[in-house]
Amino acid sequence: MQPSPTRDLIVGLFVAVGLAAIGYLSIQVGGLSYKGPGGLRLYAVFNEIGGLKTRAPVSIAGVTVGQVVAIDLDKSMRARVTLDVDRKLVLPSDTSAGIRTSGLLGDQYIALEPGAEEAPLKSGDEIAMTESALSIERLIGRFVHDSGVEEKK
Amino acid sequence: MRLTAVETLGLRTVSLVAHLGRIAHFIGQIALDSVRPPFRFQRLVGEVFDVGVLSLAIICLSGATVGAVLGLQGYTTLSRFGATNSLGAVVGLSLVRELGPVLTALLVTGRAGSAMAAEIASMVTTEQLDGLRMMSIDPVDFIVKPKALAMLLVMPMLNALFICLGLFGGYVVGVELLGLDGGTYISSMENAITWSDDVAGTLLKSMIFGALVGFIATYRGYTAEPTSAGVSAATTGTVVVGSVTVLLFDYVITALWGV
Repeated sequence: MQPSPTRDLIVGLFVAVGLAAIGYLSIQVGGLSYKGPGGLRLYAVFNEIGGLKTRAPVSIAGVTVGQVVAIDLDKSMRARVTLDVDRKLVLPSDTSAGIRTSGLLGDQYIALEPGAEEAPLKSGDEIAMTESALSIERLIGRFVHDSGVEEKK
Repeated sequence: MRLTAVETLGLRTVSLVAHLGRIAHFIGQIALDSVRPPFRFQRLVGEVFDVGVLSLAIICLSGATVGAVLGLQGYTTLSRFGATNSLGAVVGLSLVRELGPVLTALLVTGRAGSAMAAEIASMVTTEQLDGLRMMSIDPVDFIVKPKALAMLLVMPMLNALFICLGLFGGYVVGVELLGLDGGTYISSMENAITWSDDVAGTLLKSMIFGALVGFIATYRGYTAEPTSAGVSAATTGTVVVGSVTVLLFDYVITALWGV
């Protein structure tokens, strides 16, 4: 087969377009990014995490600043959630964490609320104040139960 | 006389093992020739042209159509649950995880794999491969390797293009025709698809499919009977065996790695 510049050019263009498509899928759609040497590792212990999943976003005032890396059970049978948060953030040590739901039936995420202390949270610290997931089923159950008791009286 | 049944069984077993050995030898030869000079870069470029560039039109058209249909079907189903905001996630996940790699592989098998098998088979028939051997050029290195490698390299690119065009098709139907919010479509798609679970899986799948289709097409052509019926049998065999193998491996990969 003789070398042909036109064919080579077309093949080159094809490969460039193909690689660009792979790149678009990986970076834009798949959200692949170089994270550097890891973010701030924080731990938070909750009584009830509801439907929280790994890779759920961690946000402050609605701005996503990290994600849930791992969820496991600690010795006292509570849920221990590992958070990976942007390293550049300086969070006060009395920051609290809560599990919220986006919309009525949306996915669950962790909302951090910075406190007022001077000392910052370091990597590996545990967030002391946590607010568990609000379980709508439990709320409804309690409401139904309570009203049933009142009717009997 | 009573031994005949046992003899037949023995013969079958031996021929099966011999067949598997030939397949393994063929794959090993391609793999070895790929890492050993001469690399025959010009021939590879030519094959990439045949497999990739000439398949572009059918891949792009099919991708856009499949995406548009997914958008329409997804919208109809999701609107029953009032969840049309998740249309981007539905279209994106189905394309990336399943439809992109599988349909691309099936289309490429039909479009380029059959042509590949027919080309090699007719070379066998007209004794061109023997001619190459006479000039002490290994036909596996000269003919088969560039074709199989081109398949392996081109498949992930065509798959990515198929998915991009599909996402675009879904966007056109969902946003332009059915009036969903464009930002919601894109953000639900980008939130649902992750690199490690979905995009890496689609690339892995399409590379495995590319290797499989490349191997099946070249092997069918290379081992074709040197008759005109042999050429047609090689072409048909490539399309049938290739498509079934792709679908089978799709299930196995999904079951094993959950992608």
